Amino acid sequence: MSATTLETVCHRTDVLVIGGGTAGCAAAWLLAGKGLRVTVMEKAAVDRSGCLAAGVNAINAWTGPGKGPADYVEYALADAHGIGSRELLLTMAERLGEAALFLERLGVPFHRNPDGSWASRSWRNLKINGGDIKPLLAACIKGRPAVTVLERVHALSLIAAPAPGASPGVRRVVGCVGLRLDRPELVTVEAGAVVCAAGGAAGIYRPNNPGLSGHKMWYPPFNTGGGWAMGILAGAEMTTLEMRFVALRLQDTAAPTGTLAVGQGARQENALGEDYEYRYGNTTSQRVLAWRRETEAGRGPCVMRAGYLGGPARRAIVRSYLHMSPLQALRFLEGEAALADGGEGEAPRDTAVQIEGTEPYVIGGHTASGLQVDAARATTLPGLFACGDAAGGAPQKYVSGAIAEGWIAAESAAALLAASGGARIAAAPGGHQGAGGGDAGPAAGEAAEAVRSLAERFLSGPGPVYSEADLEEAMQKAMDAYAGGRGSGYRYGLPGLREAEARILGIWRLSGALRADTLKGLSKIWELRERLVVARSLVAHLAERRETRWPGFGEYAEHPGEDERELSFVNSRLADPPLLPPEDLADHPPVTLRRSLADGRVLPAPGGGRGATRCP
Amino acid sequence: MSVTFDPSLCVSCGACAAACPGTLIAAGDGAPARILYPGDCWGCASCLKACPARAVRLYLPPALGGRGGLLSYGTEGGRAVWRLERPGRDPVPFPWEPEGEGDY
Repeated sequence: MSATTLETVCHRTDVLVIGGGTAGCAAAWLLAGKGLRVTVMEKAAVDRSGCLAAGVNAINAWTGPGKGPADYVEYALADAHGIGSRELLLTMAERLGEAALFLERLGVPFHRNPDGSWASRSWRNLKINGGDIKPLLAACIKGRPAVTVLERVHALSLIAAPAPGASPGVRRVVGCVGLRLDRPELVTVEAGAVVCAAGGAAGIYRPNNPGLSGHKMWYPPFNTGGGWAMGILAGAEMTTLEMRFVALRLQDTAAPTGTLAVGQGARQENALGEDYEYRYGNTTSQRVLAWRRETEAGRGPCVMRAGYLGGPARRAIVRSYLHMSPLQALRFLEGEAALADGGEGEAPRDTAVQIEGTEPYVIGGHTASGLQVDAARATTLPGLFACGDAAGGAPQKYVSGAIAEGWIAAESAAALLAASGGARIAAAPGGHQGAGGGDAGPAAGEAAEAVRSLAERFLSGPGPVYSEADLEEAMQKAMDAYAGGRGSGYRYGLPGLREAEARILGIWRLSGALRADTLKGLSKIWELRERLVVARSLVAHLAERRETRWPGFGEYAEHPGEDERELSFVNSRLADPPLLPPEDLADHPPVTLRRSLADGRVLPAPGGGRGATRCP
Repeated sequence: MSVTFDPSLCVSCGACAAACPGTLIAAGDGAPARILYPGDCWGCASCLKACPARAVRLYLPPALGGRGGLLSYGTEGGRAVWRLERPGRDPVPFPWEPEGEGDY
């Protein structure tokens, strides 16, 4: 591609959904059912985008017979060592059953017991054949007249207008500017409300697997925290970024252990053959800690060992991995074939499968990182709602919880439209009109122009010595070494966090000179910068929570152990949000604050105002 | 790095490129499909499932325990049939038998 100029095309819609993953599809489906015009902006294609590209073999948020939403809330809060919002969890948990029924109606095959009931692994887990769950979810929005799906459009920046009556600096979100990856074009979508259903962030830390296998990770490598970066730059408040997620997975392929553990009763044991699981407790972070402590003590590698499995059960295991982690299924199939040839192989027979912790990810669907939202899933920016991995405060959502939150955010977006006089800003059938008109008009035009100017700069002229990949490596190395990556044993301290911040800011400055000769290259530069924005706020959160709440996910060297005084949410926002990616990120530092776990109110800064200081 | 395209089987329909959640594949332009960013592949097998011609295969990189085998995907009678393919060996189809579906 030689084009260095970008055309701008304008769309108008009632509600814009950013991200066509699980939560985004659910939100768009509900809005279309209310007769609203919906536009979904998706970086890839909704059939296989997001976390469910490979599929999933269990619905892990559900409340089985004899259990109810309150039980789920207690479970999730205990697992998060108390850091989570009861209200957010309850409003989600109330709809988990409905979400599971929704998936079955879409055609997702649920395993059944002889009596016809759903087959479960436990009161929270249902077994499904979910290899094609994502195309089934996508089918419920594709082809509907009310829904416009903009595929291969990378959302670059929110469009925001001054918010009447709000405090100074608070903007109302009225749309988004995206980059088409298949032709040199920017897409401006103006909307009456915006739902951020984008993914969390992978690739901030150095990945476990090396070189060309670097993307063989647990979380989708294409989820680069873009929704968060746009929100942060627009001034949205973030919560609980410091609660990073480290997954305990089968070695190399990062395939789930639950299929063997919950499904087969496989136990973890160390290299001495000792069952060590309950030496450390049984929360998600404690199970990661168990692997780490055993390994650090020289008792690794740790393995999962299932008892002898007969032929059909063995094949059922392989099949369940085919529905979720094809690479692990291939590994088992290769192992089976090697055993059949009289060699040695790893197969789900009577075997020990090595396990390990991943690099840290930042997500809202397993842990509680994300945009600060209230029970309506409204962010702190008027007009912007969030759900799924993008929304913080409610851990353990998984697929069904993401759907539930997508619905809640969609209902709130619809209510906002109704309250503003039912303003249907999509003027004509199809909803695709030229620029101007609605009250987003001037803001949209300015945003598109500013984004175009920045984007075209990345497409023009000779590149610097460095590539986007070089800077990505530098970012991942800095975060790994100084902000508690796997390479530093998930440990961090304040001086290291300061070093991480300095390096992130330096890499940001270098990234301004990057050049791309394709639209995909431009998208990759933008993704790098998205991760830098998130990493910078993440470092501030890590510094601010002065305790070690989830030792499996990370340990703060100066503050070992839990501290009761830290039983609050750590939140942050930029003091001077630039909206668009700034020349120098250092000019826009995050400021941390605390919110109450009980009711989400902003708390007075603890310990003599330290919460209001710029961190680190 | 984990998918390989067989140009002799590829029908240049572009379905793999349309499905890739990382927009990493070039196809549908008359030339056989190819991956433009092999180091960016997640290994999700979306392209295998999209391909009507069993022209895309998944492999496990050696750093991740691969032994040189390939996994392919097709459908027979509306049911998914995965296949382990190894050089010089007969392909091993999966499922071998339908029972045991819910036993994991």
